[in-house]
Amino acid sequence: MRYLPKSPAERQQMLAEIGAASIDSLFEVIPAEYRLERDLNIPRQQAESEIIDYFRAAGQKNATGYASFLGAGAYRHYRPVIIDSLVQRGEFLTSYTPYQAEITQGTLQAIFEFQTMIAELTGMDVANASMYDGSTGAAEAVRMAMRVTRRDKSVVAATVHPEYREVMATYSQHEGLASAVIGYDAETGRVDLAALAAAITEETAAVLVQSPNFFGIIEDIPAIAELAHAKGALLIVSIAEAVSLGVVRPPVEADIVTMEAQSFGVALSYGGPFCGVIACKEQYLRQMPGRLVGQTVDGSGYRGFVLTLSTREQHIRREKATSNICTNQALVALMATIFLTVYGKEGIRELAEHNLAKADYAAKALSAQSGVKLRFTGAPRFHEFVLSTVESPTLWSQRLLDEKIVGGVDLGRWYPELGNATLWCATELITREQIDTAAKVLAEGLVEA
Amino acid sequence: MTTDATTPQIPAGPRTLGKVRPHQTQNEALVFEMSSPGKRAYKLPPLDVPAVDAAALLGSAHRTTPGLLPELSEVEIIRHFTRLSTWNYAIDLGMYPLGSCTMKYNPRVNEYVARIEGLAEAHPYRPDSLAQGILEVIDLLQRCLLEITGMDAITLQPAAGAHGEFTGILLVRAWHESQGNARKKILIPDSAHGTNPASAAICGYTVENLKSNAEGGIDLEALTRQVDEETAALMLTNPSTIGVFESQIAKIADILHAKGALLYMDGANMNALVGKARPGDFGVDVMHLNLHKTFSTPHGGGGPGSGPVACKAFLEPFLPTPVLVQSKDGTKHWNYDRPHSVGRVRAFYGNVGMFIRALAYILANGPDGLRQTTEDAVLNANYIRKKLEDDYELPYKTASMHEVVFSDKRQAALGVKTGDIAKRLIDYGFHPYTVSFPMIVHGALMIEPTESESLEELDLFIAAMRAIAREVEVTPELVKTAPHSTRVSRLDEVQAARKPILRWRPAE
Repeated sequence: MRYLPKSPAERQQMLAEIGAASIDSLFEVIPAEYRLERDLNIPRQQAESEIIDYFRAAGQKNATGYASFLGAGAYRHYRPVIIDSLVQRGEFLTSYTPYQAEITQGTLQAIFEFQTMIAELTGMDVANASMYDGSTGAAEAVRMAMRVTRRDKSVVAATVHPEYREVMATYSQHEGLASAVIGYDAETGRVDLAALAAAITEETAAVLVQSPNFFGIIEDIPAIAELAHAKGALLIVSIAEAVSLGVVRPPVEADIVTMEAQSFGVALSYGGPFCGVIACKEQYLRQMPGRLVGQTVDGSGYRGFVLTLSTREQHIRREKATSNICTNQALVALMATIFLTVYGKEGIRELAEHNLAKADYAAKALSAQSGVKLRFTGAPRFHEFVLSTVESPTLWSQRLLDEKIVGGVDLGRWYPELGNATLWCATELITREQIDTAAKVLAEGLVEA
Repeated sequence: MTTDATTPQIPAGPRTLGKVRPHQTQNEALVFEMSSPGKRAYKLPPLDVPAVDAAALLGSAHRTTPGLLPELSEVEIIRHFTRLSTWNYAIDLGMYPLGSCTMKYNPRVNEYVARIEGLAEAHPYRPDSLAQGILEVIDLLQRCLLEITGMDAITLQPAAGAHGEFTGILLVRAWHESQGNARKKILIPDSAHGTNPASAAICGYTVENLKSNAEGGIDLEALTRQVDEETAALMLTNPSTIGVFESQIAKIADILHAKGALLYMDGANMNALVGKARPGDFGVDVMHLNLHKTFSTPHGGGGPGSGPVACKAFLEPFLPTPVLVQSKDGTKHWNYDRPHSVGRVRAFYGNVGMFIRALAYILANGPDGLRQTTEDAVLNANYIRKKLEDDYELPYKTASMHEVVFSDKRQAALGVKTGDIAKRLIDYGFHPYTVSFPMIVHGALMIEPTESESLEELDLFIAAMRAIAREVEVTPELVKTAPHSTRVSRLDEVQAARKPILRWRPAE
């Protein structure tokens, strides 16, 4: 086996030195009836070239070369080449969690830079070293708010990503945390402020909204914060599209921000690995889940970095820890750090403005077709929008696929009340030509009908 | 203390210590400190649609103060992160014997295939008809993992081991609820990983500690006493964190099952079992795997991982949504219609990029390679045990599998602790072992070499450990103040925690 660095003779020599008669004697501690005496029934050992052929074929079967208007929590942005060059350096790729600070300063400093960038972008004081993804980050943020406020109810907007809401429900179901879901304004697509105000009580630990929300609409964060804070609840803002922060005002009134940073240079990879992160106001730091890197000095006074405040964590506190998280998404956070360094202060704004322009053009071009209507026009959007079509999405989406275009996500699964509604996303990678072709295909349906 | 003639001695010479000699590393500031306005590392293509007035479109939601991100050129960014990378130790540089972490070689073909365009650029909501390739990859990985574990059903959704524990205990709870009583407590041995009790707590269970017996294993009498009608499950790591297989595993399962409790297995140590024994055959009801340990996906400085949960058929209805199903025509789809499911534990389908890497590893090995891998991992650990047992105290004499746990008893008597020995190991060119864990061993040195170490590397490690044992006797201060060869010496962790500085801020 090509990964194993021992010759048969060396194995024999080692057995002899151990004083073992055979390799099987080292497994005799396993009761005989449980020892597997046959080969595993899995594919035979393959050459590297065969492995590449297998996955290439799988990739081709997946169909490539499609233009895509899919977003909904996973966004296609350009990934600068140097991200993969740098994260494939073995010193980053094949090192462990930086518990031994003297020989992991590279990882530690990079995480410190990540924490800084996330805090800067979100308008929070501090950020952690990463969570699994945006959905689990949101669930952990609610649990964090429970600990801070010692209350056990949450109020969640229906415009939060439906899968995030499912994950939050899974996490909180056995901790006695009751959650109310608040609907949205049919005109603006924003959370219904009157219903929200009515739902927040003195028992509410957290109000959680997403902005831009699942429909792509930017929520009125200052107004929502006022409602939450009036009752002593914390405001948690979930951000699924991190690139929006280049042009959208950060939710500085929030107490906790939970973000999916996939847009910062992370491949779609059919939904993972992505990069969640939690940021918060400094006073809530001790209830933060996950790892934190802090700056300190060594014996000679040199600046250095260490994992810190670990008394919050499971390896010290066990069942009383702020979270069970151990392994996080460190290498993906490094991708985001490199992405943000490449784009920098000006680039992230320029990139966000390109997204804004593409989506503005796409929303207008697509909704200009008869039988197609743009929903939720009363509030600002980032790069996603909802279309209502007279024709069923299953009909036009097949015609789009024939043109090698994947149209918007059907919202019927989560929001049946919206009828034939689909969620479209236009990032900097979609071209005017693709948008125009999609508009033409949408128009055809009505002519034939 | 004996010296073994067959083991190479630490080579002597100017500025050399075993396998290492110091070389320069570049100093490097924080990326923010190097920034200067006007530098660029990006260029966007010309906008092919009309530009928009962001302030007008967004109104009060428009960002007027940019985040203070750095401004640098591309070459500076390459140098910045390359310089940082040289400050890290890594498997690619040498042995990384962190017990319980399974720091094995991360094959590069894994990285290559995970970046194949049709896989890396697949959107999770693309129609199933355009995703058949990735669904087949997921299906084959699921079938391989079921065969390896001997279980009946599986979810790949959990993003890491602890996330898998959470999912597995949710299944346990859902099943008990379906039987009319969710029950109240989870039993966890005192040798367990901290994630076990933390995961059980999120599922609403109280945690009851189970004391290990004199061999470091499960005390059957204590277990019998503690298991009752309110016990939901025992979370058992097997082999245990001291690297010992629970030879009473069948009795453990029987004791639990007799009271209606389930057996959860923490699969962190599956590298000792793959191809040699299957948890599904020895009474385990539900377990998680760590693809980033056993199946060679990279640890990446702390993640990402992947923590699939495999279970027996009676737990299948409770698996997280969605589950992968196959139609009569052979096409694969996600099924969301799962009325008994515990719900989602993560958006989308899991860390799919890790699935691709793990499957590449399984294909590269095949049944013979996986078995040989396990055998070599166990061989390596036993070799280290044999070669170091004269110099370090072995608290449990039970046969070791993939890892061996010593204690610092002899060295501590001379004022030198496991943490000091670990730091001194850095000077010899090795990453330290796991320090002070498991907690049942006072001053633990937990060593897991994995199968990826050659005899030469093992012998150098053994020589280094022996040399340090001599240093403890002769020059203990040298060990207590180690490391001496790194860019930074021991860092002030107390200061870091007392006045946390968790981000850079511009000078006032």
